[in-house]
Amino acid sequence: MSGTYLGMPAFPRAAATATRDTRLRANLTHATHTIRDKRAKAVAELDDWAQLRAAGAAVKDRTLRRLDHYLEQLEAAVTAAGGQVHWALDADEANRIVTRLVRETGESEVVKVKSMATQEIGLNEALAGAGIRAYETDLAELIVQLGHDLPSHILVPAIHRNRSEIRDIFRREMASWGRPAPEGLGDSPAELAEAARLHLREKFLSAKVGISGANFMVAETGTLVVVESEGNGRMCLTLPETLISVVGIEKVVPSWQDLEIFLQLLPRSSTAERMNPYTSTWTGTTDGDGPQTFHLVLLDNGRTDTLADTVGRQALRCIRCSACLNVCPVYERAGGHAYGSPYPGPIGAILTPQLRGLAGPLEESLPYASSLCGACYEVCPVAIDIPEVLVHLRERVVQGGPVTLGGTRTVLQPAKGHAAERAAMRAVGWAFDHPGALRAGMRLAARTRRLHPRRLPGPGRAWSRTRDVPEVPAESFRDWWQRTRGTSSGRGTSSESGTSSGPGTSSGPGTTSGPDTSSERRGDVK
Amino acid sequence: MSSRDMMLARVRQALADVPAGEGPGGEGRDGPPVARGYQRVHGARTRAQTVDLLAEHLADYRAIVHRTDAEGLPGLIGRLLAERGARSVLVPPGLDVSWTAGTDVTLVEDRASSTARELDLVDSVLTGCAVAIAETGTLILDAGPDQGRRRITLVPDHHLCVVRVPEQVVGSVPEALPRVAPDRPLTWISGPSATSDIELDRVEGVHGPRTLEVILLSAAPETDRAGSREHWAGSGEY
Repeated sequence: MSGTYLGMPAFPRAAATATRDTRLRANLTHATHTIRDKRAKAVAELDDWAQLRAAGAAVKDRTLRRLDHYLEQLEAAVTAAGGQVHWALDADEANRIVTRLVRETGESEVVKVKSMATQEIGLNEALAGAGIRAYETDLAELIVQLGHDLPSHILVPAIHRNRSEIRDIFRREMASWGRPAPEGLGDSPAELAEAARLHLREKFLSAKVGISGANFMVAETGTLVVVESEGNGRMCLTLPETLISVVGIEKVVPSWQDLEIFLQLLPRSSTAERMNPYTSTWTGTTDGDGPQTFHLVLLDNGRTDTLADTVGRQALRCIRCSACLNVCPVYERAGGHAYGSPYPGPIGAILTPQLRGLAGPLEESLPYASSLCGACYEVCPVAIDIPEVLVHLRERVVQGGPVTLGGTRTVLQPAKGHAAERAAMRAVGWAFDHPGALRAGMRLAARTRRLHPRRLPGPGRAWSRTRDVPEVPAESFRDWWQRTRGTSSGRGTSSESGTSSGPGTSSGPGTTSGPDTSSERRGDVK
Repeated sequence: MSSRDMMLARVRQALADVPAGEGPGGEGRDGPPVARGYQRVHGARTRAQTVDLLAEHLADYRAIVHRTDAEGLPGLIGRLLAERGARSVLVPPGLDVSWTAGTDVTLVEDRASSTARELDLVDSVLTGCAVAIAETGTLILDAGPDQGRRRITLVPDHHLCVVRVPEQVVGSVPEALPRVAPDRPLTWISGPSATSDIELDRVEGVHGPRTLEVILLSAAPETDRAGSREHWAGSGEY
């Protein structure tokens, strides 16, 4: 793994590699199941969770629907409190602004709080290109950085590494970044955390510039909020003379009071705690306390394009809690790297293709990186209907349609690779319009069922490479209905057809044969 | 066109489907309503029960909780500093001087000119707090005179925090927010610094203080309490 997302293979190829890595799968299964169980308990403590969730979604929706107003209000409040606000249309512009701001301080080293936005824009690489070294100070991000690796989870980015791998990375790499690992470093988490503490304290105590993201920005007051556990955030936010925060424009909430919703939703959904150990809020600068220069860089980088999609817009509600990753059967097996961006799991599958546009094989494959089981929607603390957006994006991939790219409305052409799917859907449409042909076709399929291959030839090969081809039943549902209840209709529109006495529930010739194929099928069509 | 204007223009274009009158300042239509049907506090408790819940939740996240009254406070602080072998303790400028009457460790003043390296040499820090939240086991520091700059409760490895009970304790997050001012820098602390980044094993103390001790200070006899309240009001906290 190299430390950049450029040139990432499309999801199926990356996932095929990851699913063969048994250690990775074991690490991930342990992590995701532990967090999801703890989360369920933390959420169950609040009997008004459903109302909090609805309120969180509603506040975000309202804000997004008047985002221009709230951004202008935020800018005015931050400026009035002594901060400086910068606007960045894309990653390049954000990186240029931050590089310039760091250069103006005369420093060539910065300390960083873990930040999804700066991962997204590749800030560390951009700074390195300008001769500025950025030190990640979150323990997991440090592990990732020292290991020349990429984060694989939003909350616990180094979850794909186990303790002995981490010890090896620390022993091998710490010396070239600063204070070396202690002699005889063992692999207990406490020892490893202590090594990180000693290594990073050197950086904190001498840092002149800190770089962060933010979890929330309050439009009414100009306040920024960072939630964290280790205290590295507080170090970076308070010890340096200059603080630069790079924040996506969707992180704004209207009022101070709104934090009462999100500070209940986020910790319980994310780390499964009643509250994370540290939350810092600051408004501009404070004389004699903390950085005396504060810059806020407001980042677009595809967010306004996402906002323009009335179905996909809801992805911008995301508060980056990572609950959807921990319940996702696809993430659990494929791991975070396969998603090819800092946003893995179900949220990544809808966020990345929207932020970047359906621009290449990876982005086109991500809407398919899901079983559509709906677990991600169930746990989402701001009720993002991820399956709905996935289906919507699949439709864009296959059929094309109106999209906004770089602020310009355009019509997306259907992706190449999906011609067979479109042809198949056209054929299905024709068959449903011609009942006689449909009946004949189904009978033919039933009679030849013993001859069917387990893998499809031709254009169907890609589909059956990762799935078992469902077995065709000996008799079609229509024939069964005709034979057992049949009169003249044959269209099965009777109102009783869906009740428990209806077809297909017990005798089953109308359903596929084995439990495996039937669940496979259910997962596919839901 | 500046990036600012381009971004705002893109936002407005992206929101072409939103009715013009919707949102703040709009006439009539308010957009999707925000139903604040969630609870202000979870469960009915007496003030004493709220304080007990705070103690329980602080301990859950491995803060060490002590209880005392005004009379016992200086002795308790002296004992806790001695038990840790602290030789120096940081004190904010507005801290009640009586709190440190029972200790002979060196008092280090919180100064803007102190460097981070100087703070790193101090063993402990003693502060008050602004508000504590029982449901989450959270202390909120608002950089008031008895709490000092944000960094003093961060760099030393041992933090002693005094909470006046029951008056500084609220039940829930919604009850806490109106009691702190957003224009002040705030630090919310729930247990000592911790990480779960390595195989999800929780380890206390990575970069912040590894030990958090909380002293729940209950009201002293009637005559003293009046004096104490006067001091509190005088510090301009609320």
